[in-house]
Formats: sequence, structure tokens, C-alpha cells
Amino acid sequence: MATPVMDKAEAGAPANNSPYITITLRIRRFNPEVSDEAYWEDFTVEVDPKERVLDVLHKIKWELDGTLTFRRSCAHGICGSDAMRINGRNRLACKTLIKDVNPEKPITVEAIKGLTLQKDLVVDMEPFFQAYRDVMPFLVTKGNEPTRERLQSPEDRERFDDTTKCILCAACTSSCPVFWNDGQYFGPAAIVNAHRFIFDSRDEAGEQRLEILNDREGVWRCRTTFNCTEACPRGIEITKAIQEVKRALITRRY
Amino acid sequence: MAFDVDNPAPVIEPPRARTSKTPKATRGNFEMHAWLFMRLSGIVLVVLVIGHLLIQLVLDGGVSKINFAFVAGRWASPFWMTWDLLMLWLAMLHGANGLRTVINDYAERDGTRFWLKMLLYTATVFTVLLGTLVIFTFDPNIR
Repeated sequence: MATPVMDKAEAGAPANNSPYITITLRIRRFNPEVSDEAYWEDFTVEVDPKERVLDVLHKIKWELDGTLTFRRSCAHGICGSDAMRINGRNRLACKTLIKDVNPEKPITVEAIKGLTLQKDLVVDMEPFFQAYRDVMPFLVTKGNEPTRERLQSPEDRERFDDTTKCILCAACTSSCPVFWNDGQYFGPAAIVNAHRFIFDSRDEAGEQRLEILNDREGVWRCRTTFNCTEACPRGIEITKAIQEVKRALITRRY
Repeated sequence: MAFDVDNPAPVIEPPRARTSKTPKATRGNFEMHAWLFMRLSGIVLVVLVIGHLLIQLVLDGGVSKINFAFVAGRWASPFWMTWDLLMLWLAMLHGANGLRTVINDYAERDGTRFWLKMLLYTATVFTVLLGTLVIFTFDPNIR
């Protein structure tokens, strides 16, 4: 087995073996304790292009400017804390490599839109979670509890497999133009999580959830612009899920 | 204006955020029926409008053939009266419902939203009624 060596660099340009490049991160800063105006601030940092945007944010916070504020928890694309708008698209900072966002130009980083900006990259997620709670994202059953686990066939499980992947990062909801305009719309994430239970064969409150989404601000406000599907870091086919909920509402079959 | 720790700048609330004071959800299937109507009327309109354009503007001499006699001749037949009536109603309601969603999406203040929709509904009702009146009371011997 060959050991992984940088044979290209040795053969091509031996003058520069360093993997590091200099990039500019253009961050939308906002601090209500200083000014009511948000502004762009450029940070120039040396990074490995195989690092992630989150690593660069860490580097800035730890070495350049400790006041930079952002959310992150697991830093590995599972907790959904660090959704932000990178080069104009909603992504997870912990899943976006520098080399994938054109490091030759300044990389813009700003908070997700449509929610109240609190500081730098931190927004108030409460309206987002309010919509999530409204669709009852938990198993509802009637009758006595079975003595063993509630069994389900692989086909029945497959029916809603895609929508179980949601990590509630809000990348989809905050990319939706209908949600931007007026925070009343349930938003793609809430509908995805309703879908996850509506199409679950073990759940018995599908009718109730459909009624909730039949609201004036429910699924019918979706304009199928596919912004949510494009933004989803888990690759969930969100627009398809919303259309399936619409179809279930019309045919009452799910 | 100076802001500090004790006097932070006001944060910009998104328009009509979901709060406990938000009006309760409206029950009913109106939005579903509106959505379904858009899909179904759209399919029918494709046939009606393309047929209309072909007959009026392309076939048999094109637009230059249209005059009073041509229109009178077509409206002598109940088939074309039904065609035009259906097209008028479907196109007006389809367009009005589309504009209603646009107004709902883009109007920022409740007052603006209300008055724009009133204007839209008035214009729609006026056009639909006037068109229907003309189709049914059309007199080819008018002087």
C-alpha cells in the first residue's frame, strides 16, 4: 500500500509546501449594545482550504476578536446549531469546507434571515420552535399501551424515512420567501416534522395534524420555490414532503 | 444615538411574528379549495386560451379578419358563447386568486393588505359581470 504523500507538490512546486492559504471572511456584525446598525467586517486569516467555515469562525473568535458571537454545539452537523448564510446560501458552518465556497473571493457569513437578529450570527429561534410545537411533533396513540414495542414493517418505516432526518437547524424555514415576508407561515421545517408523524403507521393523530396544516398559514402558502430543498444540509426532499401533505389533505389518504 | 449595555438598540422584529397574541387559526377549507381551483382552472385555461389565440390571431387570415361581423358570427353559436363565458370566469378568478396570494405575501401593513384586496375584488366583480352581461345580451343588429 502506498502511503499518502503529496507527490504532486513535490513534483510541481517545491517552493510552496504549505497547505495554508489566505482568505477573507466577511462577517455581518451586529451588536445592539453598541449600535443599531449591522455592518460588514472583514477578517483575513490563514487557513487550510480543507478546513470548515466553522473552524475559521473559531480561529477568529479565539485569536482575533473574542466578541464574535455565533452558535455551535456538536460541530459535526448533527445538532443543527450553526446554520448561517454563507455566500448567500443557508448552510451549516460545520459542514461547509472552505475550498467549496470559492476562497479566492471574500466569503460572506451572515445570520439566517426572517428571524429577529440578536447579536452577530445569533437569531431568536422562538418563532421557529413555536411553529414546530404547533404541529405536535410526538407520537400520539389511543388505547392501552402494548406490552411490547410498537412494531412496524420496513415498508411502513420507509414511507417517512426522509423526514426523520431533520435536525431543526432552520436552514429551510429561514430560506423560505413566504416565511421572510411574514412570520405567520408554519415554515418548511414544521411541515417536515408533521409529515414524519402523519405518515407514521403507528401514529393516530394524522387527521389532527392535517387540520392544523390546513390553516390559512399552513401548507397552502407554499409556493414550491424549492428554496428549502436546496438549503437543507441533510438533503431532505422538503418540497416533496410538503406536496405529499397537500395531497393527503385533498385525498384524505395517508 | 448612543447605545450601551443598559440601553441596547431595539431589535428588529419580523413582521407579524407568531406570538400568543396572534389571531387564532381559521378553520375551513377555503385555502385548500383556492389551491385546488388554481390547478384545475389552469389546466382548462391552457386549452381555452391557446384555442382562443389560435382562432383569433393565427388561423384563417390572422388578426386582420377580426371585425364586428366576425365577433357577431361567433357569438351566434351557443358553443362559442359558452367557450368565452368559461374563459372569462376562469381567467378572471384564476388571476384574481393569484393576485390575492401576491398581495397576502407582499403587503406589509394590514390596512394596505385589506384595501388592495378590496380594490382587486371590486375590479374582478366588475369585469366578470360586465363581460357576462355583454356575452348574454349581445345584439348583432345594434345601430
